[in-house]
Amino acid sequence: MSRVLIVGAGPAGIRAAETLAGAGLHPVVVDEAARAGGQIYRRPPEGFTRPPETLYGSEAAKARALHGTFDALVAAGRITHLPGRSVLALRDGVAHVLGEAREQIRHDRLILATGATDRLAPVPGWQAGGVYSLGAAQIALKTQGVALGRRIVLAGTGPLLTLLASQLQAAGAQVAAVLDTAPWRGQLAGGVGMALARPLVTLRGLRLRAGLGRVYHAGVTLERIETDDSGPTAILWRDARGRSHETRCDMVGLGWHLRADGTLADIAGARFDWDRAFHQWLPRADTLGRAGEGLYLAGDGLRILGADGAELAGQVAAIACLQDLRLPHPDPAPLLRRLARMRRFAEAMARAFPWPAEAVGALPDDTVVCRCEGVRAGELRATLPLSGPEANRAKSLGRVGMGRCQGRYCQLAGAEIIAAASGRPPSEVGRLRAQAPARPAPIGAWLSEATGQCAGEAD
Amino acid sequence: MSSAGMPTGRLVRLAETARAPVGFTFDGEALTGLEGDTVLTAILLSRGALRTAEFGPEARSGFCLMGACQDCWLWQEEGPRLRACSTPLAQGMRLLSAAPASWPESLA
Repeated sequence: MSRVLIVGAGPAGIRAAETLAGAGLHPVVVDEAARAGGQIYRRPPEGFTRPPETLYGSEAAKARALHGTFDALVAAGRITHLPGRSVLALRDGVAHVLGEAREQIRHDRLILATGATDRLAPVPGWQAGGVYSLGAAQIALKTQGVALGRRIVLAGTGPLLTLLASQLQAAGAQVAAVLDTAPWRGQLAGGVGMALARPLVTLRGLRLRAGLGRVYHAGVTLERIETDDSGPTAILWRDARGRSHETRCDMVGLGWHLRADGTLADIAGARFDWDRAFHQWLPRADTLGRAGEGLYLAGDGLRILGADGAELAGQVAAIACLQDLRLPHPDPAPLLRRLARMRRFAEAMARAFPWPAEAVGALPDDTVVCRCEGVRAGELRATLPLSGPEANRAKSLGRVGMGRCQGRYCQLAGAEIIAAASGRPPSEVGRLRAQAPARPAPIGAWLSEATGQCAGEAD
Repeated sequence: MSSAGMPTGRLVRLAETARAPVGFTFDGEALTGLEGDTVLTAILLSRGALRTAEFGPEARSGFCLMGACQDCWLWQEEGPRLRACSTPLAQGMRLLSAAPASWPESLA
């Protein structure tokens, strides 16, 4: 039997596994989390008692269905779930995996459903402890039942900004301000496109937004986060009419929608193109997600279509895999039609909640860009005479992108700064090449013998 | 005696408070978390930070909480570091905000 490895047990990975199992294959699913679900449908540890309705709101039924499907496949022995493990490298049909021990998983075909992270823009002062990503605040609330501060400010843009603010308020946290850098005009234009593609989803977002009332501000310019030894103490910002404000807080959550995590796709050999709609590099794939010989991509790591789109993309990628194996498979056409609608919605959303390119390009020289190693915008700009301006050379000289996060949280901002300083678009600055290991790993794990082939050869 | 919920911590518990206590130490001080807490949650309910930054004066308290940013690494008295946001708290853990005095010789 053909050995298919799926990386990621979120909506895309789970639906891919279900589709392959439906065709009689026995896929192996590797995932970093202890329990399957991905980020948006992430499950709390065993023993927590809040029901899905509390955790996932309007999406509770989808979360239940997804978790139920996956658990049933595992219980029936139709898929192998390897949780708590990171894929560090991929080479010659072997995935090098690190969990409690190092493992090697041989496979004939690979489906990557590695998802996305928050897309971060630096704000002066954001290097302080107590500044978090929006995703972090949602994960903390959902899977731990905690707020990351007593007086919270959320800033950035995108659907998570409004959703998270509502969730925190409903759970009893104090949200002092929700600062959206997207201006009203663009939100309206994009919002029309969103409503045409998915009216109910758009309406739900508008209702959440209305519920925030006067806490929410659009068209904001973020000036800086004031800090002392304890962390953030206030955020300074200007409203759409240019008036200055200072909002006291002890936690700031930041995020500008999502950034596809293409690390493993890159290591697996995928090519990347600059995507104008999503304003970032995305892997190149055909309509079904084929990105190379035996390589398939699905979910937010391929196109940022959200959880519903990821479920569809997971099925479609698995169908591509079945086609290539010449096995019976479902007709992808209805799924592709629904995916096209998700794409129209997502592109309108990207217009409504844009990446603040100009503000990032103009960040003051003393702003920390690389949060891992404290590299400032001025140090990055100073590399320009030697670096080209090319992202990888700028990284070698300036170290933006070389820290422990491997550029996940700084490389888009870094490229924007280089682009602005050299008078060209970020697409011409290039993209940081991903390097194995995809996560930091102790050298000791590499020196010790890997356990061979693991469950990849079950059956 | 539970230090979880002490006003000095960065985090605030909003739900899921009926869980069994789990004792651990952080920089030698005895603290208590709850079963199902991550190491990050348990420490930051009583403290403002996990450690100091290597490249600046700031404190470090985690950032992405999904294992991607690597901001929340911590030390253990017995050696290996761990990622606080994705490591479940276990009874008797002895955690440190800085490398043990014997490092790196003890791991050689």
